[in-house]
Amino acid sequence: MKFGVVQFPGSNCDFDTLYALQNVMKSPTVLLWHKDHDLQGVDCVVLPGGFSYGDYLRSGAIARFSPLMQEVKAFARKGGHVLGICNGFQILLELGLLPGAMIRNKNLKFLCRHVHIRIENEKTAFTRAGRKGQVLRIPIAHFDGNYYAPARVLKDMERHGQIVFRYCDAAGNITEEANVNGSLGNIAGIRNRESNVLGLMPHPERAAEALLGSEDGRTIFASLILSLGRRKPARRPVRRERARHD
Amino acid sequence: MKVRILVSFKDSVLDPQGQTVKNALHTMGYGVVKDVRQGKVFELELEGATKKEAEALVPEIARRVLANPIIEKFDWQIIKGR
Repeated sequence: MKFGVVQFPGSNCDFDTLYALQNVMKSPTVLLWHKDHDLQGVDCVVLPGGFSYGDYLRSGAIARFSPLMQEVKAFARKGGHVLGICNGFQILLELGLLPGAMIRNKNLKFLCRHVHIRIENEKTAFTRAGRKGQVLRIPIAHFDGNYYAPARVLKDMERHGQIVFRYCDAAGNITEEANVNGSLGNIAGIRNRESNVLGLMPHPERAAEALLGSEDGRTIFASLILSLGRRKPARRPVRRERARHD
Repeated sequence: MKVRILVSFKDSVLDPQGQTVKNALHTMGYGVVKDVRQGKVFELELEGATKKEAEALVPEIARRVLANPIIEKFDWQIIKGR
């Protein structure tokens, strides 16, 4: 299978994502320029983190008008898989491919740290390599990650298993302290109803190698490779020693 | 014609920046301030638009681009021309 990583002016996790997919996961990956109109036959589009268009107006608000994003929208509507990471998640919300919106973190700080997230729904193309309730340790780096959706929408999402990741503590408990940015329901990642589009605030590409503190991010990429490719993903089952991390 | 559009959070949405400004005002002794809501102001210069056209166009622009209708509301007025 082939991944495509979209580059906007201001994307800054594009090469990290390319590296994680191509070099770590050994999956063919191309970079896609936002001004182009061609998705180059990729099986999965990844919208990387960063500050597309300087976060002007609202995070992700301008990127959604890029020519390539119209292709991404059509691709998603036809069932193509799209993964949005951090700013990519914000773009998917602005684009209307995912429900809800992001507001500023509750403490008004840019948060850059490792957090724990719990897999709430393992029956998706993005999480099938994981287990329900599994705790992943993945870094976040964002200013606007405080997830909001109207109560009715939220209830609907809960009912359809659209909440895929929640912020939790190291033991997997969903607590107020673990809810770093103030998101409703500790939401860290969601999928659309059809389950082919997923957005999450944590950066799996920054947690793809033990040398960098965690390999947990591989679970998401490995899931996609399992779901969309025929080849076995390059993923070692690693048991981490929890005591080594904060 | 020049129009001014004010975009702010809906009342149902928490405004962490407004809250912080309110807390600062309280620290300074302005206890009279009960609440603060922060927003954004846009001024658009429209070329050759009539009032009627503006009334159709401006809300459309505000809804599609300037505000995110899930979390924000908007208000607008003509500030120059007619």
